[in-house]
Amino acid sequence: MKSLAELAAIRERMKDKVVLREGVAGTRVVVGMATCGISAGARPVLNTFVEEVNNEGLADTVTVTQTGCIGICQYEPVVEIFEAGKDKVTYVKMTPDKVKRVVAEHLKKGNIVSEYTIGNAQ
Amino acid sequence: MKELSLNILDITENSVKAGADLIHITLTETDETLTVAIEDNGCGMTPEFVEQVKDPFCTSRTTRKVGLGIPLLTLAARQTGGDVAIESKTAEMDPVHHGTKTSGLFYKNHIDFTPLGNMIETVCTLIQCNPHIDFEYTHTTPKGEVRLSTKQMREVLGEVPLNTYEVIVWIRDDLTEQYQSV
Repeated sequence: MKSLAELAAIRERMKDKVVLREGVAGTRVVVGMATCGISAGARPVLNTFVEEVNNEGLADTVTVTQTGCIGICQYEPVVEIFEAGKDKVTYVKMTPDKVKRVVAEHLKKGNIVSEYTIGNAQ
Repeated sequence: MKELSLNILDITENSVKAGADLIHITLTETDETLTVAIEDNGCGMTPEFVEQVKDPFCTSRTTRKVGLGIPLLTLAARQTGGDVAIESKTAEMDPVHHGTKTSGLFYKNHIDFTPLGNMIETVCTLIQCNPHIDFEYTHTTPKGEVRLSTKQMREVLGEVPLNTYEVIVWIRDDLTEQYQSV
């Protein structure tokens, strides 16, 4: 088992960051995690978001979380992105590869990947 | 569902929705069987509701939040010769020990046994999305035991949220290391 001392070290490193994070009006990435989403592949989609957001250095401003069934089960895995002052963006039929592009282009540069949005879904 | 670990994630989401703040996920294996138990201290269900959640075709609008999760788990258990049992008490029935326990028995050597799959990802996903809930994860096999207690982690982490990236990585590494020895 890994040592709890490593957790204590994380706590020490995070001391200043925690305060910072609470003061930021951030972006929320919400993944549908009901039965429909999970069976369609929402788990790797969510975990790829967590990883890529951190790799791109966005962890302080972007939170990744879940919701229940959004009601469009045929389009799962569904991801909604909420940014302050902007319209919600809904991405459908997501995969880990699509997530990498959404993080690099939408979250990092502010360009919506319109070909993955619900408006372009077949 | 391709892996039982996805069914387990799905059923645990019911406990999240039931407002639980402590969820035990306990896997117990013998050479022949796997028992999965998900136990929460959430709002619980009435006996009538428990009967309904087992039947996918009997869901009315008010019960829709339960949907196919339990039937899919039941299917996965029964196709190996096992079954699923649900015990539940609402806060009205028992103000102190209310909540739900869903248990599934699977026969591992049956040809229709769904592989358990990646429990590490299931645990990480649950903690990532529900940092305010405590999870007690125990997986016992004939070779040894894998354990994770967010309560214990919280004592060390203090105010640092459990879904901090470094913490999630620590959990993933810790469970990976533990799984290498069972």
